[in-house]
Amino acid sequence: MDFGPYLMLATLEGAVTAAVLALTASGLALVFGIMRVVNVAHGEFFMLGAVLAWWVTDLMGATPVLGFAIALVVVPLMVAALATFADMTILKRINYDPERTIVATIGILYILQQVTLMTYGPDARPVTAPFNTRLALPWFERTEDGISLYWPWGLSITSYKLAVIGAAGGVLLGLWAVMKRSRLGLMMRATEQDREMALAFGIPVERIYALVFGMGAGLAALAAVLVVPIQQAHYLMGGDPLLLSFIVVIIGGLGSLPGTVLAALLIGLSDGIISVFFSPTLAKILATLLVAMLLVFRPQGMFGERRL
Amino acid sequence: MLKLDQVDAGYGRAQVLRSVSLEAKAGEITCLLGRNGAGKTTTLKAIMQVIPLMSGAVYLESSSLSERAAQDVARSGVGYVPQGRRLFGALTVAENLDVGRFTRPQDSMVLEEVFELFPRLRERSQQRANTLSGGEQQMLAMARALCLRPKVVLLDEPTEGLQPSMMEAIRNVTRTLRERGVAVVLVEQRIEAILDLADHAVFLENGQVVETVPGEALRDTPQILARHLGV
Repeated sequence: MDFGPYLMLATLEGAVTAAVLALTASGLALVFGIMRVVNVAHGEFFMLGAVLAWWVTDLMGATPVLGFAIALVVVPLMVAALATFADMTILKRINYDPERTIVATIGILYILQQVTLMTYGPDARPVTAPFNTRLALPWFERTEDGISLYWPWGLSITSYKLAVIGAAGGVLLGLWAVMKRSRLGLMMRATEQDREMALAFGIPVERIYALVFGMGAGLAALAAVLVVPIQQAHYLMGGDPLLLSFIVVIIGGLGSLPGTVLAALLIGLSDGIISVFFSPTLAKILATLLVAMLLVFRPQGMFGERRL
Repeated sequence: MLKLDQVDAGYGRAQVLRSVSLEAKAGEITCLLGRNGAGKTTTLKAIMQVIPLMSGAVYLESSSLSERAAQDVARSGVGYVPQGRRLFGALTVAENLDVGRFTRPQDSMVLEEVFELFPRLRERSQQRANTLSGGEQQMLAMARALCLRPKVVLLDEPTEGLQPSMMEAIRNVTRTLRERGVAVVLVEQRIEAILDLADHAVFLENGQVVETVPGEALRDTPQILARHLGV
């Protein structure tokens, strides 16, 4: 295959990575931005989403479409409920103290990881995609008659991967609508701006925190359910999403959802392209270097506001 | 209307208020005066329950506020205009007012009433709060508190950093609140801003109430101000 079609394929693969990363990182951005909590367990909520998706589809024993559809709705809600419970029983009790929450979420990370290992086991297990038609992709070539399309052998993508991109985009649009247009979104944005004044105007800040923590975990779990037919569910799969989510949130800017989405596109696409042409490890190294450079020259991130 | 009874409060283990007792009546302006660090702002925060009481109680119309969660104080009818305004800067004027009427979402008439008091805010309703001028931000901070339809309004240095014409506008709104029967608790550093407004003055020193005087005494006896504030 020529370089052009290869690049298009890498870009599309990167777009799938970017879509999943945007969802995962948006969850972390919500928690980080509104609660000022560094949730080190965020990757494990992602992992839990994948593992529970396997469990639900396996339990249903139904057709892949029905099992996956049920998992898509039920699993994020289950993970969100668990996260809300963790917030109310652990984080609230330590008053959301910055240093203690890091330690507490590390504890949650290990509990989730080890419980999954003990129950689910060490094996990576696949989930069948609800649909997986291979779609050939066209490329153009210059001929004597001008430019014409042709379908290079091997240049294709699955319909499921395109659906992942569309689904992630839809969910992010919905999240934006909730944040900007709903009463709940107003409460969340006010709490993020000034917790004390939000309380002074009757906003139930602790309930908002519980909801936000649940939403953040739910978004990570949803991303995992979408990606698990492409990657297998494994109890150690939370590490990379956590690292990349933090990189995206820092690059995008604290508390900026548009910044997070843009940064996810940047990191996801470059991760996809560099992984195809070089190696996934090099892609991670470059992403980490980018964060380091940004912290030096623009510590508030691309869209974050510098706080005095 | 509002009563503090032997209130001790502070930040963490650092006690700031010691046995503070005062009353603010409906339709009156009660001024809290004192030097920097006397505990004036802490008193307002204690009323709002954004800092917990160590002991004592706060009553609103004989109902205890101290046993309620912080977010319930606003629902009870206490509006707060903090020092430095503390607007939600990234939210628009309209969104800040929506937060103000969070406890009364069904009351859309209050927005019209607030815009009548502060017409400039209507023109700026879609503008982000942190792009307003200082005077407009102060108007918005007051308007936000008034959206609660409060029985009590706590004003913490509302004329700070404002030009004289804006200061007079704030004073006029404060008088309007008094005429409407609202109990106003006003903290102010600028003595000239409160001399003809105060119905009562409470002097704080080192977190304790040292003297309470009627408004006339402030105007007629300048030695009181000299004794407590050095002016």
